[in-house]
Amino acid sequence: MTAPATFPMNPMTDTIFVNARLIDPAAGLDAPGSLLVSRGVIADHGGALAIPEGAEVVDCGGAVLAPGLVDLRAALGEPGAEYRETIDSAAQAAAAGGITTLCALPDTQPALDDAALVQFVVRRGEATGSLSILPYGAATKGCQGKEIAEYGLLREAGAVAFTDGTRAIANARTMRLALSYARAFGSFVVQHPEEPALAAGGAATEGELATRLGLPGITPAAESIMVARDIALARITGGHVHFAHVSTADALSLIRKAKQEGIRVTCDTAPPYFDLNETAIGDFRTYAKLSPPLRREEDRLAVVAALADGTIDAVASDHQPADPDDKRLPFAQASAGGVGLATLFGITLARVHAGDLALPQALELLTVKPARLLGLEAGTLGHGRPADLVLFHPERAWKVEAGKLPGKAQNSPFDGRALEGRVIGTWKAGRRVYG
Amino acid sequence: MLPFPHRHLLALQGLEPPYIADLLDLAESYALLNRSGKTQRDLLKGRTLINLFFEDSTRTRTSFELAGKRLGADVINMSVSTSSVNKGETLLDTASTLNAMHCDLLVVRHAQSGAPALLSQKVDAAVINAGDGTHEHPTQALLDALTIRRRKGRLENLTVAICGDVLHSRVARSNIHLLSAMNCRVRVVGPPTLIPAEAARLGVEVFHDMKAGLRDADVVMMLRLQKERMAGGLVPSAREFFRFYGLDAAKLAVARPDAIIMHPGPMNRGVEIDSAVADDPERSVIGEQVEMGVAVRMAVLDILARNLRRGARL
Repeated sequence: MTAPATFPMNPMTDTIFVNARLIDPAAGLDAPGSLLVSRGVIADHGGALAIPEGAEVVDCGGAVLAPGLVDLRAALGEPGAEYRETIDSAAQAAAAGGITTLCALPDTQPALDDAALVQFVVRRGEATGSLSILPYGAATKGCQGKEIAEYGLLREAGAVAFTDGTRAIANARTMRLALSYARAFGSFVVQHPEEPALAAGGAATEGELATRLGLPGITPAAESIMVARDIALARITGGHVHFAHVSTADALSLIRKAKQEGIRVTCDTAPPYFDLNETAIGDFRTYAKLSPPLRREEDRLAVVAALADGTIDAVASDHQPADPDDKRLPFAQASAGGVGLATLFGITLARVHAGDLALPQALELLTVKPARLLGLEAGTLGHGRPADLVLFHPERAWKVEAGKLPGKAQNSPFDGRALEGRVIGTWKAGRRVYG
Repeated sequence: MLPFPHRHLLALQGLEPPYIADLLDLAESYALLNRSGKTQRDLLKGRTLINLFFEDSTRTRTSFELAGKRLGADVINMSVSTSSVNKGETLLDTASTLNAMHCDLLVVRHAQSGAPALLSQKVDAAVINAGDGTHEHPTQALLDALTIRRRKGRLENLTVAICGDVLHSRVARSNIHLLSAMNCRVRVVGPPTLIPAEAARLGVEVFHDMKAGLRDADVVMMLRLQKERMAGGLVPSAREFFRFYGLDAAKLAVARPDAIIMHPGPMNRGVEIDSAVADDPERSVIGEQVEMGVAVRMAVLDILARNLRRGARL
């Protein structure tokens, strides 16, 4: 288990949140009440807490107070692509999005395949004062997909798990060794489930729309083939495989069945895959060019169903910052990926307003479920846990506008989307970092 | 002493405990003889022992050579570099050549599992497996058992942790068979990438955490990690292997205070074992293993030669 990062605290004053609707999915709590923070940790919560002398009082005005979000998957510009985004600018976007813990992908420049680099990213996170950054270690040296990296040393340095980030671990033997070796350190391997040989050169999901637009297609089978293969490898190694941003009905069926068989498999998806379908790329909108590509409507509906039935274990931002120059290109040449930190919460709440998920269920996918997957203390309102909190109004309306989002990178696939549910404030270890 | 029921010594898997005990008892007497400085040069007088080594080995070949000479045999060393194998001769051609030479005892080391067994079907000599691929190395396990028995006074109910590259180790396999037959509790310890599939089915306990695997062990048996394993990607680096699976004082501290340290040699210091423990005169029995090697091989040659004398058809 990774030690939580240490954050500057305000030991002099306690903070009490009053007049809140407290939701803690980990404890099945959804009730009006107060929550007391002392020395950066949650000291108490309940229906009617006495206000301690000298405590700062935050009147929540009936808004929801919940655990800060745990984002399983975000690419950061640092190290190596600071022109796209720095850790400081990502931390601003995260705070505005209610995210207090974030897992960073290791396919940076250089790749996070050395203990010193992992420690560097952890320290950079601590320096923000608002965001715990838990880096993934590279699954293979240089994220090149050939030789497994030093999982033991990386884990000691603070790596939460192992992945090659946006690159699939393509070689079956390498993936087998990774799953097997990660077991020794109680860890797991995160796969970008896309068979590269089938996806090479593709820009959109293969099908009628790609045909009409004249774009090279990626068959949805590129995802299900990789998922099927890795489930088989998890079975023979006893290792734990986690599939990132699952986006197709076929892959979700395979995962559902594997879970029923007791194979150690988990998965997440990202907001674009349950909020958008392939039509979002109409008129060659490169901000909607993602990896994996946006899918057909029936796949989007399958993702929604899998969120509701528990097949999907977490919703991650899948944040991929890009510079305008990365996107102002002909569609097939534009880089794939969208920013997601500021919209993770709002887009997920849209599923609540649509009636697909209950509010606590949506929060669970954003807090305690990813936290448990990673073995973290975060993600609940339990006594003694770090006071990482988000205060939000479930109905307050706002509109996503690329160009006006917090943080540097603005390449949102949700540009123009009207949303209900807005973050009012974010606290990290008891200290207000947003709102 | 029971007549040995096999013409060859190809494997320990399936060898019954009474015969193992007999071999160890006889080896023990040879160990005493060797220490006394005496020899028994009449025992194998007129017998021809051929050391047929298809793989490089210094210590095993020397050990067999010494064992044969102390019992009076005529010892010939054939190694791959000087034999006609390099000229394209098959294993079975080699067998007919050896038959024509009237070899009595044939010691074989080969990189392929099962090669000594194949030879044994075609030669008239008694074949002793001196290590075949990743299958078995019976005399190594016998010398390990003798060393343990001398140090601990028994084999029964000892906890033995076999650590490192179990996947590629013939030493580990022979030891697992022998020690399990003699009622030791055998553990294998290593990263999952170096533990063979279904290892637990061999009757051992599998550990991936070194300290958990060494806890309260009476015997810590280290295996050699070959550099090729790193190149093959089974282990990311020597420094990581040493950090998590190399035997050092901190990891050894969880074993029993009187635990002994073994290694079949040659050691990779700083990879699977720290010099401080490898050279610890209180704990390390690595030197004694070499000494017992000669005694065990004398016992094996003696016992198989008895069957040759009887002309037994086994």
